[in-house]
Amino acid sequence: MKIKPNLFPYVLWMSFFVIVPLILVIIFAFSTPEGGFTLDNIIYATKYSAVFWRSIVLGAVSTFVCLIIGYPMAYCIAKIKANFQSVFIMLLMIPMWTSFLLRTYAWMTILEYNGLLNKLIAFLGFEKINMINTPGAVVLGMVYNFLPYMILPIYTVLSKIDKKVIEAAQDLGANKITVFKKVVFPLSLAGVVSGITMVFVPSVSTFVVSKMLGGGAILMIGDLIEMQFLGNAYNPYLGSAVSLVLMVIIMICMGITNKLDEDPNEQNMIL
Amino acid sequence: MKILNKIYMVLIFIFLYAPIFVLIAFSFNDSKSRVVWSGFTLKWYFKLFENQEILSAFYNTLIIATVSALVATILGTAAAVGISQSKKWQKKLIMNVTNLPMINPEIVTGVSLMLLFVFIYNTFGIFKPGLITLICAHTTFCLPYVILSVMPKLRQMDPHIYEAARDLGCDPLRAFMKVVIPGIMPGIITGMIMSFTMSIDDFVISYFAGGMVQTLPIAVYSMTRKIVSPEINALSSVMFIVVFVLLIVINFRQEKDRLRGAKK
Repeated sequence: MKIKPNLFPYVLWMSFFVIVPLILVIIFAFSTPEGGFTLDNIIYATKYSAVFWRSIVLGAVSTFVCLIIGYPMAYCIAKIKANFQSVFIMLLMIPMWTSFLLRTYAWMTILEYNGLLNKLIAFLGFEKINMINTPGAVVLGMVYNFLPYMILPIYTVLSKIDKKVIEAAQDLGANKITVFKKVVFPLSLAGVVSGITMVFVPSVSTFVVSKMLGGGAILMIGDLIEMQFLGNAYNPYLGSAVSLVLMVIIMICMGITNKLDEDPNEQNMIL
Repeated sequence: MKILNKIYMVLIFIFLYAPIFVLIAFSFNDSKSRVVWSGFTLKWYFKLFENQEILSAFYNTLIIATVSALVATILGTAAAVGISQSKKWQKKLIMNVTNLPMINPEIVTGVSLMLLFVFIYNTFGIFKPGLITLICAHTTFCLPYVILSVMPKLRQMDPHIYEAARDLGCDPLRAFMKVVIPGIMPGIITGMIMSFTMSIDDFVISYFAGGMVQTLPIAVYSMTRKIVSPEINALSSVMFIVVFVLLIVINFRQEKDRLRGAKK
């Protein structure tokens, strides 16, 4: 294989720091501490199916919520005058680029039992609610952190739709709802799919959000992996096995979402 | 309908910004309380700048971000040029590898790098997890961003200009330096600023690949695990302002670029 000379350092770098480490994860997942081959790690990892299931459910719920509130937002921005759109996009990106640790920490202070929100609730004369350390708080944290990842790709696709296509549909007698259902939404599907992936992947694999807003009570795949590598339960073999399962889960989920985009005819049938 | 749209957008922006402003507001709070306001002070900022742990973490973050942004920019620019000249199947293969760190969950990237560094250290006794390994890890996840911001600029460039330079007697290197590099400079700079920002902000990968070295996000994380002091609010305000300014610079550059493109 002939490689361009200026490409060589890059190929070397990526092989060493991307490919080799992933191969190591696979090797570790299938070996014993003594170096022999085993399937025990994978079998042991499946014992945590409750954790996997919880992560998938919480990740899917957050992704769904992001889609429900993110799509209208992307739609609104795409409808503003073109000159102002970039300002709103920048406003969306600023929180995205601030440390997500700090954003999550901010929610900690807001949701605490003696936090700001409960102060407000008590001030209004209601009973204080226990909000932090619940699955709801974790979902809120994920939606808050990853919402821009849903809005941006959908906006990009929506803003590129040719106005003439919409006008043509209107000329042919379609009302607003039909135009949206038959023209705008199908055309924006590529953005929806990449938004779903961009929210689902970090949601499923997070360990910071669940630790900070779930208080350690809501164990997710990320927490499980972190415990095996840096926690008291040090066991990189099991940790690698869990990581491998996580990668497979994500690949399957992405395969499913990409299918939605690939076959537009089928999609129209669903609509 | 229009008004409904506006209300909706305002609500979403309140949702996105309220927590950040709460954080900033309470960095000026006189008492340690995170809920009750008891007067204006700047003392947490002074305390922050006396905190040795945070200062050394800040120093580490800055070194790592600068070095890895530079290395990623050089390697990435060279790679982008190489990729654009490669055959189609090679291009496809390399772009797939480039996308891997972006698709893979951060935690898996972090864990896999940790395995690599520990493995190398245990076998050869070099690459002890620390500053060097962090720079390698950060360069790795910054590289795709450099490539993705340089590639479009290369595609926009007219290949005839390079050929014209060659016809006028430039050797390939000189033609590359004098013609191609200035042409793709905006992409290179954007990629570098992006890498720098990503590196400053990274927590998950550093947490696994960094051994005992503290970066700013890691210091923040360990602060949130302990008794919380308003110093962390002061710190977050400072970080917010820094990222805010960097982002405005990036956007301003892109806008200028767009306007220039429109004029042509």
